[in-house]
Amino acid sequence: MTQPVWLSERVQWIGALDPTMRSFDIVLKTPNGTTYNAYAVRGSEGVAVIDTVKEACAEQFFTRLEAVASYDEIKVIVLNHLEPDHTGALPELMRRAPQAKLYISKSAQLMLKALLNQQDIDYTPVGTSDTVSLGDRTLRFLHTPYLHWPDTQCTYLEEEYMLFSGDVFGCHFCDERLFNDKVGDFRFAFEYYYAHIMRPFREHVLNALAILEPLRMNIIAPTHGPILRDQPKRYMQRYRELSGQRLQSEVNADEKTLVIFYISAYGSTTQMAQMIRAGAEQVAGVRASLYDMEGGDADLFVDLVEDADGILIGSPTINGDAVKPAWDLVSSFAKINVRGKLAGAFGSYGWSGEAVRMLEDRLRGLKMRLPQSGVRIKLIPSSEELEECRRYGQEAGEHLMGVNAPRVLDMADLLASRQAQV
Amino acid sequence: MSKYNITFADIGTTITVPRGTRIVEVAEKVGASIPFGCKENDCGDCMIEVLEGAYNLSIPSALETELLKQKFGKSNNRLACQAMVLGDVTVKPA
Ligand code: FES
Ligand SMILES: [Fe+2]
Ligand SMILES: [Fe+2]
Repeated sequence: MTQPVWLSERVQWIGALDPTMRSFDIVLKTPNGTTYNAYAVRGSEGVAVIDTVKEACAEQFFTRLEAVASYDEIKVIVLNHLEPDHTGALPELMRRAPQAKLYISKSAQLMLKALLNQQDIDYTPVGTSDTVSLGDRTLRFLHTPYLHWPDTQCTYLEEEYMLFSGDVFGCHFCDERLFNDKVGDFRFAFEYYYAHIMRPFREHVLNALAILEPLRMNIIAPTHGPILRDQPKRYMQRYRELSGQRLQSEVNADEKTLVIFYISAYGSTTQMAQMIRAGAEQVAGVRASLYDMEGGDADLFVDLVEDADGILIGSPTINGDAVKPAWDLVSSFAKINVRGKLAGAFGSYGWSGEAVRMLEDRLRGLKMRLPQSGVRIKLIPSSEELEECRRYGQEAGEHLMGVNAPRVLDMADLLASRQAQV
Repeated sequence: MSKYNITFADIGTTITVPRGTRIVEVAEKVGASIPFGCKENDCGDCMIEVLEGAYNLSIPSALETELLKQKFGKSNNRLACQAMVLGDVTVKPA
């Protein structure tokens, strides 16, 4: 089956099926494979190719493309997203259709040069409301960056109310029947794809929805999985739900939330956590809460982290390492956007206390903001040490509210203190 | 080696650093709220606004200037992963 598939009289699917793929980018599970969707749009004055496929599947793509158009008819190539699963066949396509003009989003320019490894490529950068005419068909570009790369855009075929959405509204699901009203149940794949690919970019999803929702919509044609022709707006609505707040937050706009996670072997880290919370609560506007990692798992906590302004993690050091629930929690942060959130670590230890520094390094690696060096306490906290915890919590609260006292530090001390403590 | 002060205005923190330190390295160490991505003049995420002492930073390279232009930077913007401290300076996230 290497026939193109008709979406309308002028639009055809010329993508590729990849039913045997089992994991995508290593981290995503794709139990029934995926598709790379590319499309051809025929206007009275030429053909546009919208996106291509992964290099290994290029043959399917070219076979289907040749069945709908000859290379010299191709006037326009649109790239909605430059990731290799959609641009693998691009260099060869450009060789076969050298006259075709390339349209990419404004934010994709540097990436295109890096991708093709050449500086002097001829292309047209476009943004929202730029259009390109194919005679009696018009493509309009919509700037929807960070879904899920900085370069992403959507393309709208005005006369047919058809949206070529790139990875947005897509999913890894391979079914040669191709249309959402024909394929098997792909709802789990749709949700899974949102959760793993789009969720970290929640704010950008909301921005994109604001642009896309007002459009009349006959078909949404994403780059992976089923083509959404039956009630396409439902899928948009689902994105709206998934990207919204779960419950109206009880926290006021001028307040900030600090979530303190901890886990304790003999109660010392618990005591520390309680004092830290008490300290943070002294700062006006801070709402601090405590969660024992033993009483929940990372999948539950990650929702909390997504909405929190600051996150502190307390773990004892056991066998020279932080404990597994702490690492599981930190690993789950990759599913959401934690960049720029305030973070910190603390914990007690028996005879070596590496956990705190290890957690701090990992949190810093996630591009969180760590203005303080975490508290570490040997064995049972003394009253002075508990006071240190209280102060640490208070300072965390002050950093969160932006009311911390001006301070002067020396880079050398900063580095030295970290060295000495490790 | 000579040392200079860099102040992160948004968090009220001043740090004394050796000449030639890249701003992003200090920012990361003290938890300043300057975002960054690649640290290689590629993503442009680390754009900062220089409030004082712009002339105390290393001169922007052609690549930095190009990326700043693409990111719609103004004349008081720099990339924290590229600019090196050569004198006292005050910055904040752009
Ligand atoms: S961190 Fe990417 S350009 Fe500076
Ligand atoms: Fe992608
Ligand atoms: Fe993709």
